[in-house]
Amino acid sequence: MTPAVADDGEEQRVSLSSATTEVVDPVPGAAAPHLPQQPGLVQLLTPEGERVEHPEYSIDVSDEELRSLYRDLALVRRWDVEATALQRQGELGIWASLLGQEAAQIGAGRAMAADDMAFPTYREHGVAWVRGVDPLHVISLFRGVDNGGWDPVDTGFNLYTVVIGAQTLHATGYAMGLQRDGAESATLAFLGDGATSQGEVNEAMIWAASFSAPVVFFCQNNQYAISVPLERQSRVPLYQRAAGFGFPGVRVDGNDVLAVLAVTRAALQAAREGQGPTFIEAFTYRMGAHTTSDDPTRYRLASELEEWKLRDPIARLKAHLSRSGIADQAFFDGVEGEADELAARIRKGTLEMADPPGTAMFDRVYAEQTPQLAAQQAEFEAYQASFEGSGH
Amino acid sequence: MAETLTIGKALNLGLRRAMEDDAKVVLMGEDIGRLGGVFRITDGLQKDFGEDRVVDTPLAEAGILGTAVGLAMRGYRPVCEIQFDGFVFPAYNQIVTQVAKIHARSRGRLAMPIVIRIPFGGGIGAVEHHSESPEAYFAHTPGLKVVAVSNPVDAYWGIQQAIAHPDPIVFLEPKRRYWEKAEVDPDATPDPLFASRVVRGGDDVTVLAYGPMVKTALQAAEAAAEEGRSLEVVDLRTLSPLDLDPVFDSVRRTGRCVVVHEAAVTLGLGAEIAARVTEQCFHSLEAPVLRVGGYDTPYPPSKLEEEYLPDLDRVLDAVDRSMGF
Repeated sequence: MTPAVADDGEEQRVSLSSATTEVVDPVPGAAAPHLPQQPGLVQLLTPEGERVEHPEYSIDVSDEELRSLYRDLALVRRWDVEATALQRQGELGIWASLLGQEAAQIGAGRAMAADDMAFPTYREHGVAWVRGVDPLHVISLFRGVDNGGWDPVDTGFNLYTVVIGAQTLHATGYAMGLQRDGAESATLAFLGDGATSQGEVNEAMIWAASFSAPVVFFCQNNQYAISVPLERQSRVPLYQRAAGFGFPGVRVDGNDVLAVLAVTRAALQAAREGQGPTFIEAFTYRMGAHTTSDDPTRYRLASELEEWKLRDPIARLKAHLSRSGIADQAFFDGVEGEADELAARIRKGTLEMADPPGTAMFDRVYAEQTPQLAAQQAEFEAYQASFEGSGH
Repeated sequence: MAETLTIGKALNLGLRRAMEDDAKVVLMGEDIGRLGGVFRITDGLQKDFGEDRVVDTPLAEAGILGTAVGLAMRGYRPVCEIQFDGFVFPAYNQIVTQVAKIHARSRGRLAMPIVIRIPFGGGIGAVEHHSESPEAYFAHTPGLKVVAVSNPVDAYWGIQQAIAHPDPIVFLEPKRRYWEKAEVDPDATPDPLFASRVVRGGDDVTVLAYGPMVKTALQAAEAAAEEGRSLEVVDLRTLSPLDLDPVFDSVRRTGRCVVVHEAAVTLGLGAEIAARVTEQCFHSLEAPVLRVGGYDTPYPPSKLEEEYLPDLDRVLDAVDRSMGF
């Protein structure tokens, strides 16, 4: 997750990421570049903001719901921009940006029922937002204060898992627990395109299929595993992998929040009804760097990013809302104001976040501290105390 | 009423009791259901408790441990069988990066009451990967606990105590001793799980062992007694956390200490114990703490394992060297 910071390209990287934070309105009627040949891609909202129908997936969303989806997308982008800035100013050790993946995450998160359980990687800030996790509890992880301050049980959102793919097995096991409890709930396992190469992810899919576990694998294919492109991970489109495991695979336009919502909702419902797992490939693009320590200019062309900016997940919903009269300028201004308040709250909260006491590392290693660890903690405290009054 | 049981049967009965006591106990592993496990430790349990509680898993150890994590998060108490010691490594990532760390990561919000049963050690004439002693890897990992049983009584109680315990435990079973017998009284009060035990009193040298080597150490003590030497034998029982206070008491009396294990000596449990005994008993020691263990080679083909494994004579040789200082 933390490659060495490249010593060149710094200026360009900063300008790239700041350039992509604006929401640019598509020109009505102008054709955005379409995704490369995409048989079976589920799309309900085109990059130009046109609603389209799909034979298998439809969605009935109220105007209010559309506005609130827009609000979520815009607020998590603002949070993300603020966190990137805080990292640049030395307030966070690192930040894993979700820029460009907002629709995939908000759509997936909004498809979940209250009792469903999400198993995120380390980039699912959008899902965290939907599950009611305080952004500062996510920030605290990247600041190095703790490993994530939220309650995974209360929020139905597990702590971030940094080792790639390990959480897909946890989601599958939890789903097996739901089965044993007779609960009508499901789990949503997040993973990226790189993770599909991991043995544990393949084991999770075998397990899920063998036990018909109520788990949905939600793969955000953002085209890169840090620097390695998808072609190095798979000879076939990722969603087609599901067929080999014996359950459905669907490719959805990951920058289309409505399609993601519709597809994920259907998959979770099928899982809750005992129909077993589904693999969703949300076809999207990581518009920023892998993390703030990464330099994407070393492995991809700026022209590729420019193409994807025209498929921006927020711009297309904004275009739709504007053109259909569902939202007016006052609404957008209101969301922007709210976003600024959120950013200010995140900034203030981050700057005020206290370092944990040194003894915190000894806490909760075990349910009850072992005598060995208690002795080490006592040594540590005595050592620290030896500096008191010495000016160190 | 007391009953004579093998270690294998004692484990089977202990698992049965644990499953009766707590409906959240779920056994998971390869071939543990219909077959009853390759060592038959889970024999008959699937028939009585059903396929949801005794789960024949796909052949993937990371899958066993990774799904156990999810089940534990949901309130279950998974007991995972790793078929042989050398097969635990595909699950190593889940054990070390997840099972061991989730309680601390979640600041105590998520408990990981997972038991990882591993038949360990050599001496059964097996092919590669079936005779290993991986305990130091796990004892080195904060967040895990590691115990090793040496006899039917500890097997019967220990497995129940481990399952009821809130932390993840690597539970090591001495596979070559599975057929050793002893009286087990199910109405007795068991010793605590995380406590070492003096199993034979003596005055000249303190010999420490665990798992399959306890019997070897006791045999050595028997032989030494015939030569007029009195060995005190301690069954360590818990490898993480270590319970060394009884060891320190013993070494302060004898002034000499020999640690025995099958695992390779370099950076094995013996190294840690030697350091601690030296720190705590420095002024009582008449000789350096000596280690008897496997050589720093891959576990050899079975025709060589008798030369590789510590036996009575190698323990006595170390005792001689200790006495000779």
